[in-house]
Amino acid sequence: MDFITHHPVLVVSLVKIALLLFIVLTALAYLTWFERKLIAHVQSRWGPTEVGAHGLLQPLADGLKFLFKEDLTPPGADKFLYILAPFMALALGLTAIALIPFGPPDVQVLGQSVFLVANSSIGLMFVFAITSIGVYGVALAGWSSNSKYPLMGGLRSSAQMISYEVALTLSVVGVILLANTLNFNAMIEGQRGYYLHFIPRWNIVPQIVGFLCYFTSAIAETNRVPFDLPEAETELVAGFHTEYSSFKFAMFFMAEYANMITVSSLATILFLGGWLSPFPDSWTFIKYIPPVGLALLAIYLTYDTLVLARGIAKIQLIVITLGAMAIAGGCFHPFVLNVIQGPFWFCTKIGAIMFFYVWMRATLPRFRYDQLMAFGWKFLLPVSLANLVVTALVKVWPLLVGKG
Amino acid sequence: MSLPFLVFFFCAAIAIAGALTLILAKEPIHSALALVLVMIALAVLYLMLGAEFIAAVQIIVYAGAIMVLFVFVIMLLNAGSEERTDWSTIAKYAGLPLGIFLLLEIAHWMSRSAIGREVANGSLATSSSVDTAEMSRMLFNQYVFPFEATSVLILIAILGALVLAKRDDQ
Repeated sequence: MDFITHHPVLVVSLVKIALLLFIVLTALAYLTWFERKLIAHVQSRWGPTEVGAHGLLQPLADGLKFLFKEDLTPPGADKFLYILAPFMALALGLTAIALIPFGPPDVQVLGQSVFLVANSSIGLMFVFAITSIGVYGVALAGWSSNSKYPLMGGLRSSAQMISYEVALTLSVVGVILLANTLNFNAMIEGQRGYYLHFIPRWNIVPQIVGFLCYFTSAIAETNRVPFDLPEAETELVAGFHTEYSSFKFAMFFMAEYANMITVSSLATILFLGGWLSPFPDSWTFIKYIPPVGLALLAIYLTYDTLVLARGIAKIQLIVITLGAMAIAGGCFHPFVLNVIQGPFWFCTKIGAIMFFYVWMRATLPRFRYDQLMAFGWKFLLPVSLANLVVTALVKVWPLLVGKG
Repeated sequence: MSLPFLVFFFCAAIAIAGALTLILAKEPIHSALALVLVMIALAVLYLMLGAEFIAAVQIIVYAGAIMVLFVFVIMLLNAGSEERTDWSTIAKYAGLPLGIFLLLEIAHWMSRSAIGREVANGSLATSSSVDTAEMSRMLFNQYVFPFEATSVLILIAILGALVLAKRDDQ
């Protein structure tokens, strides 16, 4: 007890890191379920249905399967780098999330904000620093496997990530100019307010070009369809992680999803108003969306339990339904209701972007390699540069006019 | 011993170990990665001096861009491990003592400088972080000429690289 009162920063930070890791790793697992389910429904299939009700225990089964698979190391591989690569990929992917504010900073315990681990005055720069060294995980995996397809995948990946990082960084400079800060919380506070009393004053309105550039480069940075050339299965078997099996493969998989969460959070903070609600505060009924939404889900689940489910799935569904009902009931408490607003909107926005990610994967074909490079350098880069110049001009226009 | 003190020596040890690995490693890719490690350790040291912006830029530019290109080129050329030759006679008898002399000299002048005295007093560790806006104001007012001169220099270097790379085409 003495230790806690003497080192509140250290203790609270450690607890926050542990909680965040638990939440993020669970979210990563269920993102795989979300992606498989969503793609299946786009393609008129059911997706995972067998393990648990609605396939909800599928991520757990997958995790166990990965753990029990044989862990192979190809002969002639650089042992140290071969093992280091997946660790680097996952560790860097998870580190960036520590800088993301999931809710307003004024919700505090022991004088420290609950919803973010590290409040840096240049948070944006640190996230870029961490994501910029993320490419080593992929490049080293490709090189150390001592095999041609991974090497090709690693090469493609490094080239692609360097190319699109330029456009990615340039596309957010416009937002920095508007916000006058590199701190995430200050950026979000700067987007408070409404045009015409109901359209939120988010950066996506003046920076729509920047947002589109950012989102396109972000998909390329995370190696997702239609930019997934590093792991193009029709050309390179499985790209940089061809030789990886067992849990090392799972780590690359988790790193990919962690990076998706990071870039979606950045898009949310920079362009979509972070944890701000999209509706004016005067509309008090909006506050009840999270508990009412959960209650509606619970009603659907009840119907599901009683009518559709069979066997053991019925018991699982009863547990889930009761849990949803309990949480929904708890959320009606005025204190809880106020606290969950920020994280609720933040996660909703991330969820919407994730939905878009998966939707694109289910819809779009892959780029050819030269098209990918030409698109990055000859289209995205000039457009984001032009966006930056125009934003800067608009920003200094009053000064120029005033002096002239 | 205070926590910043321990972190300093930890990062300094990592930086020196990385630098030694850079020189001694036989695989080019190991050398490149050791250099990345040195960059990151230096970035942490900058961070401890309160230079947050410089620390982030150090990682983004050096570790995240330049070294990635190095690794990319090593992978592309599939460079084999280095061959070692014996030390030349001059390196053995003049280089080593001169190198050690240079290190001692730097240490001597550092300890006499203003920053060195501050480090010795322990007052530097408590320095507050530098505001990014303040730093950019300095960069674009006080140091605007060196800043712009550097950008022209880099442009010339890019043009030179392009000319050298394109020369074979004709």
